[in-house]
Amino acid sequence: MVIYGVALLSLSFIGGQLLGEMLGEVLGIDANVGGVGFGMLILIVLKTLLSKRGFFRDGESQGIEFWNNMYVPIIVAMTATQNVSAAVSAGMLAVMAGLLPVALCFLTIPLLSRFLKDKTSL
Amino acid sequence: MERILKFIHDNGLVVAFLVVGVVMIFSEVISKKVTRGKVPAAAIAIITGLILAYIGGVYSGGKKGVADIPLLEGLGMMGSPMLRDFAIVSTAMGASVLVMKKTGVLGAISLLIGVTLSFVSGVLLAFAWGYRDAAVLTTIGAGACTYIVGPVTGAALGASSEIIALSIAAGVVKAVVVAVGTPFLAKSIGLNNPHTAMIFGGLIGTNAGVMAGLAATDPKLVPYGALTATFYTGLGCLLCPSVFHLIVRAIVGY
Repeated sequence: MVIYGVALLSLSFIGGQLLGEMLGEVLGIDANVGGVGFGMLILIVLKTLLSKRGFFRDGESQGIEFWNNMYVPIIVAMTATQNVSAAVSAGMLAVMAGLLPVALCFLTIPLLSRFLKDKTSL
Repeated sequence: MERILKFIHDNGLVVAFLVVGVVMIFSEVISKKVTRGKVPAAAIAIITGLILAYIGGVYSGGKKGVADIPLLEGLGMMGSPMLRDFAIVSTAMGASVLVMKKTGVLGAISLLIGVTLSFVSGVLLAFAWGYRDAAVLTTIGAGACTYIVGPVTGAALGASSEIIALSIAAGVVKAVVVAVGTPFLAKSIGLNNPHTAMIFGGLIGTNAGVMAGLAATDPKLVPYGALTATFYTGLGCLLCPSVFHLIVRAIVGY
């Protein structure tokens, strides 16, 4: 059933967000600490457990798959409703913050590739 | 006319689905025809979103992009933090404990280095630009990871919409640079085998960029890059608003 999949996603989402809220409370920060990340972890674990027992079939999967496919469109809607005109004044920062990490990562790839290969061949 | 406006107001979310659908079609056509598949449709759609938000903001003088235009206020509902985080959690669907084990040490190391490297360079740039607030620095650093990690972190830390928009823009620039640049740089970084492709996915992380970049380099490498890149946004969403934020806060104060 599609709704079981959606409900499972809701359970993971709520569990993760509450965990994030609680962690924020404990750390004394007025913020949700890693809620989305926890939600993803919960979903992965629940999904794996359920499919091992044969409770996770096509219907359930479709209920989550729909939201998975809606993710880019939702991001587009979110982007379109941000205060972009105010951010444009710092536009060069956005370009640099996009470029610099890529440059650094590209430089790291050959190093890491060599290092990890040596490790694995041992 | 008034009746139509009221109708649109009452059915905002459904109107938003239609509007975003049209944006997606437009982006796919531009991606295929104008850039010959080099720039992913998702990146073009998000750039279109940013441009629309800019026009909306200038036109209405408000702070919520196109959502300040009465006809388009439903986009605010569709792009609300609740729906956004819900959809983002669903992307973990593609991963499983088995895939995590397969990716193993190699993936974990490259993911950790990748997220840290992007985050730190983003924070340093924001600092150089004169920002001193921990939540702002963290949000921009998160945006340097991906255009998802940025807004998720920004919303969690209560950063302003302006800073969140900036973090999205940084993430989009990254995705486009990776998509376009990878085929040209592939040879010089030895990106021609599954092993390096997995490291590449983990280090760079931005999903749309990694997939488009690898597809343009060698389609056979796409699944290997995707294997590690899948975890990048999740890891970023986990680390940036928590551990990384605390570290930044400890360094700069508030």
